Amino acid sequence: MSNLIKLDQGIASVVADEWTLVQLPVSQIEERKQAGKVVLFKLTGEETVTDEQIANTAIPADGKVILPLRVFVARRAEFASRIAQGEIGVWLATHELLEDLAQHQINLNQLPIIGIFVERFADGRIFSLGTLLRTRYGFKNELRAFGDVLRDQLFFLKRSGFNSFAIRADRSAEDAIASLNDFSVPYQGAVDEPRPVFKRYNRGA
Amino acid sequence: MYKYDAIDQKIINERVAQYRDQTRRFLAGELTEDEFRPLRLQNGLYIQRHAPMLRIAVPYGMLSSRQLRKLGDIAKKYDKGYGHFSTRQNLQLNWPKLEDTPDILAELATVEMHAIQTSGNCIRNITTDQFAGIAPDEIIDPRTMAEILRQWSTFHPEFALLPRKFKIAVSGTKQDRAIVQAHDIGLEFYVDAQGKMAIKVWVGGGLGRTPILGSVIREHLEWQHALTYCEAIIRVYNLHGRRDNMYKARIKILVKALGIDEFRKQVETEWAHLKDAPNTITETELARVGKHFAAMPYETLPSHDASYDAAIASNAAFAKWVKRCVHPHKQAGYRAVTLSLKPHGKAPGDATSEQMWAVADMADAYSFGELRVSHEQNLILADVKLSDLFPLWEKARTAGLATPNIGLLTDIICCPGGDFCSLANAKSIPIAEAIQTRFDNLDYLYDIGDIELNISGCMNACGHHHVGHIGILGVDKDGSEWYQVTIGGKQGNDASIGTVIGPSFSAEEMPVVVQKLIEVYIQQRTPEERFIDTVRRLGIAPFKANVYAKEEVSA
Repeated sequence: MSNLIKLDQGIASVVADEWTLVQLPVSQIEERKQAGKVVLFKLTGEETVTDEQIANTAIPADGKVILPLRVFVARRAEFASRIAQGEIGVWLATHELLEDLAQHQINLNQLPIIGIFVERFADGRIFSLGTLLRTRYGFKNELRAFGDVLRDQLFFLKRSGFNSFAIRADRSAEDAIASLNDFSVPYQGAVDEPRPVFKRYNRGA
Repeated sequence: MYKYDAIDQKIINERVAQYRDQTRRFLAGELTEDEFRPLRLQNGLYIQRHAPMLRIAVPYGMLSSRQLRKLGDIAKKYDKGYGHFSTRQNLQLNWPKLEDTPDILAELATVEMHAIQTSGNCIRNITTDQFAGIAPDEIIDPRTMAEILRQWSTFHPEFALLPRKFKIAVSGTKQDRAIVQAHDIGLEFYVDAQGKMAIKVWVGGGLGRTPILGSVIREHLEWQHALTYCEAIIRVYNLHGRRDNMYKARIKILVKALGIDEFRKQVETEWAHLKDAPNTITETELARVGKHFAAMPYETLPSHDASYDAAIASNAAFAKWVKRCVHPHKQAGYRAVTLSLKPHGKAPGDATSEQMWAVADMADAYSFGELRVSHEQNLILADVKLSDLFPLWEKARTAGLATPNIGLLTDIICCPGGDFCSLANAKSIPIAEAIQTRFDNLDYLYDIGDIELNISGCMNACGHHHVGHIGILGVDKDGSEWYQVTIGGKQGNDASIGTVIGPSFSAEEMPVVVQKLIEVYIQQRTPEERFIDTVRRLGIAPFKANVYAKEEVSA
């Protein structure tokens, strides 16, 4: 049974997942994505994924697949025609850079889906990444949060531009849906409603 | 002060419902301890040494008498009949039951109060000067912008889970009393050359384990852009701040790692996209919120009052209290009053339910039904007529709130420490009590004069020990409690971080150590010097020599 919630025209429902998520093979090299920081990666150009991992990633020959950013960037030539057919999506981890995606995929809206993987609930980078994809990069298609996604993030994810939420497998998506509407009148403008409360309502002079 | 409209009330009510359901899920086993932690923290609930601790938000320190009465009621009904006012101008309850916390929040909501974002890795309660709106040296009343910032930061979706806590202070006075340089963001309001309200923006200050004073990221920001500029700063921090090590996760570490120039460049690049975005503040909103902070309906009074002058002349105890606890006011014939929560031998910042009720009555009788909490952990009645000061003093004295020690050595700023807090390395309240008891002589205290003594039970620095003229930090050495002493810290425009004088001391030694430091000051001072001035002139050497002199103290 699917654990995927999708928002369509403001209506949330649990739906079947038509996408296959492609993972990188496990690396033997110790990952530094928590220990380092993006700024450091930027300064040193350090990679968090090895060439071997990229080469060894198994990509299903057909159907709709969401590829890891590094695989998408490095092996683009292999599936260029599938991109044109709308069969390829991309996912990023929260420490990866949107610039890397935008640099290699000029028209982001050619991708039917972008996923952001959040490893731990407390990692709020996902909210800035969603906000930037929608407001800076003009991404209009499905934006999915997956990983350690639980109901108490949903309201913030929705406000940050996400419209697709793969709830962690051990929790009920049906229960989680309610939290998309924990608050009815947000104070500040964000992706889903850019105007702050003082521009939406006449709160008196 | 700010009054909720239907929208504010709805948001608070929905928060209570959300938290009630989160607590239900936790108690039903649907949320693990790890999963519940960030949720309860964002509602101010810590799990402490003896019981949970609930931190209730007092936005920028403003309270109505009705709210304070409710706090007294809640402390009586759900706790042991007292609460602790903290250095972030909030109120902490030390003994509530987890199961009761949704009901406590529901009661708070009836008086327009909450515990939102009083803990956790999010934007915390915004703090300011306790004399905002009435200080003679005020250029801009910062409370209007503080309230606009409060609303903007409440459940800001992009900044719901930051690398670490995030503290903003605002100030609009010549003499900074909000420690803007020791905050993640400090907003210093001023009037620019065009006669318009503008902001000097500080970033990357903070106390804690790595005390750093902030850097100026922007000398001049038009007020309309306060929210979008903060968004640019916090976005850079949210994306790039460290998340691997909680001790290196504050924005100050990122600013230091990048350097202020590179950090500024990244923020300005981000802001180029955000400038003039919908979150730009409008004149209408500024005016709407500003109305709530309009001047009180003051009477036109002469600047002197005969009965007041007579009381000072005839009553030495009253005169002493006036000298320490009564402060200037920009309106003729009015004064601000500090009610001391630092009686000698009691936990600094604690108030009983009875005291809260008594202060609420005093606020109604003498100060337009409002009061403030200061970051020095005292309560302030901001608008008292000269002719009311004497009757107010008598009532305050009856309630145990008139210790004339404001700004003196025993007006100790102190965190709850190891008696309550599970983070603490060492106890702090007993140290404060021991020092207060040793210096329980008002004449001597007056001779020592203006001095600030701050105690933190661990390097999280809730007692702001780095900026105390004398700072005391609880440390753990092989499982026992020791105290490290710094001198020369200071808050204000000329803020500085204190210097450690040497090896740490046991709890029993601490009153003597403070005594030794004071002795050097008394011997060496020039007539006009305060303790901090003497330390700055002489450096720490003579103080260190006296404290560590062999025959006196063996560490």
